[in-house]
Amino acid sequence: MKRALSVLDRLIPLLSVVAALLVWQFVSVTGIVDERDLPSMTTTVRELWHLMQTGTFWHQLLLTVRGWALGLGVATVLAVPIGIVLGSSDLAGRAFRVPIEFLRPIPSAALIPLLFLTLGTNLKSEVFLAAFGAFWPLLVQTMYGVRDVDPVALDTARSFGLGRLERMYRVTLPSTVPYIATGVRISSTVALILAFTAELFMGVPGLGQAMNVAGAFGLTDTIYALALATGFLGVAIHISTTAVERRALRWHPSQRQEVAL
Amino acid sequence: MSARSWRLVKIGAEILVPLAILLAWQLWTASAHQPRFPRLSTILVQFREMWLFSQFGEHVVPSLVRILAGFAIGSLIGVALGIPLGLSTRARRAAMPHIEYWRAMPPPALLPISVILAHSIGDRQKIEFIAFFCIFPVLLNTIAGIRAIDPTLVDTARSYGIPRHERVRRIVLPAAFPQIMAGLRVSLALAVIMMVLTEYFSSTNGVGYVLLISKNTFQLVPMWAAIVLIGVIGYLINFVFLLVERRVLAWHRGWRAALPD
Repeated sequence: MKRALSVLDRLIPLLSVVAALLVWQFVSVTGIVDERDLPSMTTTVRELWHLMQTGTFWHQLLLTVRGWALGLGVATVLAVPIGIVLGSSDLAGRAFRVPIEFLRPIPSAALIPLLFLTLGTNLKSEVFLAAFGAFWPLLVQTMYGVRDVDPVALDTARSFGLGRLERMYRVTLPSTVPYIATGVRISSTVALILAFTAELFMGVPGLGQAMNVAGAFGLTDTIYALALATGFLGVAIHISTTAVERRALRWHPSQRQEVAL
Repeated sequence: MSARSWRLVKIGAEILVPLAILLAWQLWTASAHQPRFPRLSTILVQFREMWLFSQFGEHVVPSLVRILAGFAIGSLIGVALGIPLGLSTRARRAAMPHIEYWRAMPPPALLPISVILAHSIGDRQKIEFIAFFCIFPVLLNTIAGIRAIDPTLVDTARSYGIPRHERVRRIVLPAAFPQIMAGLRVSLALAVIMMVLTEYFSSTNGVGYVLLISKNTFQLVPMWAAIVLIGVIGYLINFVFLLVERRVLAWHRGWRAALPD
């Protein structure tokens, strides 16, 4: 009895996905929502399948991934050292508290018109936008991490005669890594959103621009197929960054409460 | 250096560094004579002329209404769905594939689709769009908060014969509340971003609309004034939220502080 239940439990996610796909098909085919507005599930999947046979689709996907990766990379390279400095020095932390608190909540989408006029509609704008958005969660996580280092561990290291740099390298950095990993996971979602936004609104080449072009030609099936693909790209990126975070956390005993994004 | 003068240095840094940044911005823009980077003082004068308060009712109020309505609807749905999903393993297994897919979907990828489905993107569609994406951070944090509850609490309540809805109201919700607040904060920041994005699409009012129109007509000073305004809105909304959070979570902080480590 118990065994039968657990098999059912294991099937539940699959059944639920199948049910949702059937509902989608039903709603479209029976005309509850006009098929011109909502192509049926089979039409959309077929369209995606056709797209996947073309090199253009994979090229556009790679361009979006490139914008995401460069944005996240730039943000990490900048945010982690700055976060360590601001987190470990009380004076620096206080001095930049107000500017950070003011810049952090600025929605990066508001920078799009400015980027149009300065960097132009190219990869630079996409990377800047993604990096700007991804910078703040990473910075804040790094600062939290540095401030949360066990003071006993630091004092112990000091009493063993470890210098400032060595304490940083052997105590502060290792115990900050899990926080940085969480920051990377949160920021990677943000970076993807903004890379896609730059493509959709600024015409930087990639999946977002492809969707914009499909919209201009009224190719509804293609828009749906591209949105479906973008969702899967988001899932793939989320799964991979979560896996990276798990690895970083594996050796760390901390019981942090994370904020799900 | 004595402790007291050290403290004075830190307070001084907290005040002087932001001022120095503003001064540097002003001096740089004044000497650069770049039309794309108008003087800070010019931007601020324009800001006062536009937003305090001649165009406030016409453009700022609609944007605020969209943010708050979308956020309120999305959060309510998030909490309402999160309670049963947090309590029932089977329901969670059924819902998780859908939640994982939609939370990973970059919101701008659905903008063209919501235009197709609704044949337009007026006030109602904008609010629905913001609400949809505000659901996920709240939903995920509600689920996580409920799952983290000490099972002894719930079991004790059950063995005292406290009915289910009372257990949810008196034990489950309060215990999950801090994490729900964390989710609300993420959603609120998201709502501001999506307000800007949706207003780039066929609008007749709103700060995103002003931003887009001033960029298209190369009115650079109004464009900067709109960017600054969106920054101020983001900052103030976050600030108000923190005030509310401090109030409603005061009991939680007191309780945490009273616990031994």
